[in-house]
Parts: sequence; structure tokens; C-alpha cells
Amino acid sequence: MTLPHPDLAQLLLFLLAFMLLASSVGFVLQQRYSPDGHNQVIENLNDRIRAWWVMIVLMAIALIGGQFGTTLLFAFCSFAALREFVTLLDTRRGDHWAVAAAFFVVLPLQYYLIYIEWIGLYAILIPVYAFLLIPMIAVARGETDKFLTRIAGIQWALMISVYCISHVPALLSLEIPGYEGRNVMLIAFLIIVVQGSDVMQYVWGKLMGRRKIAPKVSPSKTIEGLAGGALSALVIGASLSWITPFSPGQAALLSAVIVICGFFGGLVMSAIKRDRGVKDWGTMIAGHGGMIDRMDSVIFSAPIFFHLTRYWWSVT
Amino acid sequence: MKRLLAEFVASAIVIFARFLTAARGLWTAGPPDLAPKVFFANHASNGDFVLLWSVLPHRLRRRTRPVAASDYWLKSALRAFVGRDVFRAVLINRIPEDRTEDPVAQMLGALEAGSSLILFPEGKRNMGPDRLLPFKSGLYHLARQRPQTGLVPVWIANLNRALPKGEILPVPIICTVTFGAPLFIKEGEAKEDFLARAEAALRKLAETVERPPT
Repeated sequence: MTLPHPDLAQLLLFLLAFMLLASSVGFVLQQRYSPDGHNQVIENLNDRIRAWWVMIVLMAIALIGGQFGTTLLFAFCSFAALREFVTLLDTRRGDHWAVAAAFFVVLPLQYYLIYIEWIGLYAILIPVYAFLLIPMIAVARGETDKFLTRIAGIQWALMISVYCISHVPALLSLEIPGYEGRNVMLIAFLIIVVQGSDVMQYVWGKLMGRRKIAPKVSPSKTIEGLAGGALSALVIGASLSWITPFSPGQAALLSAVIVICGFFGGLVMSAIKRDRGVKDWGTMIAGHGGMIDRMDSVIFSAPIFFHLTRYWWSVT
Repeated sequence: MKRLLAEFVASAIVIFARFLTAARGLWTAGPPDLAPKVFFANHASNGDFVLLWSVLPHRLRRRTRPVAASDYWLKSALRAFVGRDVFRAVLINRIPEDRTEDPVAQMLGALEAGSSLILFPEGKRNMGPDRLLPFKSGLYHLARQRPQTGLVPVWIANLNRALPKGEILPVPIICTVTFGAPLFIKEGEAKEDFLARAEAALRKLAETVERPPT
């Protein structure tokens, strides 16, 4: 293993300082307003900060570990997300082999293709091959009741949990002239902008959120929260342009696209949760719900960010 | 040596079960102590007792023994090793004519020795649309002989989707194992009344975890 790129080291030190600050603020707030754990908002905030520590440390290890570590980490994220998604489907005995193929064939194959950088195949493995393969396997079992619903559910599970998430490590296979060896910073950029936008939407919404955007889908999202969060994310994105191949203006534009995709990603995933009658996708991360709850904005923005960057900057 | 191997296999099984099901034990009536108790659960999959066993706190798990059918678990040397040494199952004979030991006496012996038990009062796997099959009377006899032992209802959700009957390969599905408040038999409570009460407690527990139908 080689030493991490100086830019990455610098970024990680910055994140470390930020997390220390967040933890201190959380601690002081708890001492002052919630010494016996009664204040729900502060307890939740501290849960989130603790979960953030774990996520940042994991991300740091993966990014320092290079392409293999990063690909493996996101393969596990996909596995956990797919497990959550399939749990909420109405699968039955006739779907057993189709679901098994999704988990044990499609998921590993997609990440293997990402690892060997076979972009022509990993871009279509799930939308073309898995799309056709899954109903073929299911139809062989002969159960026709609710067939379309069941198949569509499994296909959605694969697209959301595997295809979309896999486009995060796929950023490593882009070849951008003058940016060699630093692709891992594209991942850092994407994740920081998405999660920064989520955090700032939460903060702005708590501080001054009044008008609800989509009361039926996600009652906690407000216009004030979205506007404040989006603007903050643009600033974060532009100020991070030094770690990317983009100019500050381009970085801000890409951040805008990321924020919009992420926002709608959150809404879409909430709508699915409501349809299935649950509050969270899972219980994996205290304070955050499940893997999909934490990744919903990344899921929708990763493929778009990947293709925009590829189209305008990459030579592959 | 055999003991060590059994411990190792047990850990491997717990890790595997958690990997596939992300299972968690939900203790609705507070965390358990180590006193002997009888966990009675719904039975829809061959993996049921493995899952229940693997979500127990480590210390409690080491002294908890499933009650299982000897005709199944003594069929091959491998099964016998897993059944006897890894899970330390209380193996009972399902066929009354062949019995040399009384199943209830075997279970009482295990409780007497400080172990807890995992029991499936439906007696066989439930394949039908009904939530529960009628309970067998073993639970009542245990309660009658040891009225001080708590009987804990346990609802296992989703495992029959991860490993449906007739499939060999399990698929990852998130499962939950919900533990209710312990039940105790009342003075002079009739067999039918007690079993009905135990069944109702398990059904009620199921309602707390099931998703509303869509």
C-alpha cells in the first residue's frame, strides 16, 4: 500500500477536525440541555454524529486502501441495501431463485466488472442482462400471480441497491487528463456534497423550516431547509474544487445537479417506504435507520454525476 | 478438542445467520436474566431455532438448548455432531411407541440442570396460511411441573422467506426475533385454558411486528 495522496490526507485531516468540533458541540449541548437523555433532538443529533464517525473512518480506510478497498466497501453497502430492499418486497417461494441470482450472481459480477474497469459491460449488466435474466428465472418456476409486480420489485431492488451504488466506486475507472491517481477525490467530492447537503437541509430545516414541500411524502422536508441546504452544498462544492478537475463554477454547477438528484432521491425512497408501511428501511445505523436511509441521496446522484463527469472530462 | 471445534462451529453459524438475516432480538419486556426459561416460538423454517439461538446474549446462548427430534438429528454423524455438540439439543423421540425416555422428563432434567429451552409448541413446521397451528400439550406439562419457570413467547418473522421449505440455498432477508413478557401458569389452570393463553400471547406478539397488508 502506498501513502495516500497529499490532497486526500489533507481532506481527511480537515474532516477529522470538523468531526471533533461536531462531537464537542454535541457533548456541550447534551451536558446543558439533555443531561439525562430527555431531549429527543439532541439525542438524535448525537446518535447521528456517532454514526458519522464510523462512516468517515470506514470511508477513510477504503479510500486509503485504493481501488480494491473502495470497491469492496461499496459492494458491502450494496449487499446491505439489497437485503433491506428485498425484505420490503412481497417475494414468495416462486421468486426464490430470482432473488438468489440477484444476490449471489448479479451483485458480485457488477462489482467485479467495476474492479476490472470493464465500463462497456458494467454500464449495461443490470439494465439489460439482469433485466431480462430475472424474469426468465422467475417464469421457469411457473407462478403467475402478481408476476409483473414481483419482477418489477426485484428489478428495482437491483437498480437502486446495486447499479446506482456501484457508480460510486466506478468513478475510479474514469481517465481524466492531468488528474491521474487522484480519482478517489471524486468520490470524496460526491459524498461530501451529498451528505453536506443532507446535513445542512436538516440543520436549516430545524432552525427555520416552516413551509412543507411534500407533506404527504416526507413531512420533515421544508422549502427553507431545501434552499438553505442546497445553497450551503453549492458553497461546499465550490470550495472543494481544489480536489477535483473542475473549476469552482463547474464544481458549483455539478453540486447543484447532485443536490437536486439527492433531494428527489430522498423523496422517492420515502414514497416507497410509505407505500410499504414502514418508517425506516432498516435498523443498521443508530440514528440513521438502515443503509438505504443513509444512502438515498447518493443512490440517485451517483450515476448522474458519473456520466456527466465522464462525458465532459474523461477520455474513456 | 471436540468441545473447541463445537464452539468454533457455533460461532461460525452465528456469524453466518447474522450475515444473511441481520437478525436482532427485540426484548419487549426488558433484557433477559440467566435464570432457566422456556422460549416458545412459531415454527415455519428449519432455521428457526438457529436464528433464535443466535440472537440471544452470549451468556444466555451458552446455556440455552433447543428441543429437537432425535429421528432427524441422529440420522448422520455430521447432524449428530451439530445437534448434540454444537447446539446441545435435547433430543426427543417423536414416535411414542419407540420411546425409552419421556420427553417431558428430559426437558425437566435440562431445566433442573440450569439450562433454558427453545421449544416449538406447534410440533412441526407451519406451511399453511394460518398464523399458528394448534399447540401440543408439552408446554402445559412443563409449566405444570415447574410453575416457577417463565415461559417466554418468541415471534420469528421473515425467516420462512429467507429459507422457504424445500429450498437449500438461503437468501438474505432481514429477520426479527421478538421476545414477549414471560408467562406463568395459574393455580389450577386447565390445560386448554393455559394453551389458549400461550397461543394468544404469541399471536399478539406477531401483530406488533407484522407489516399491515398492502
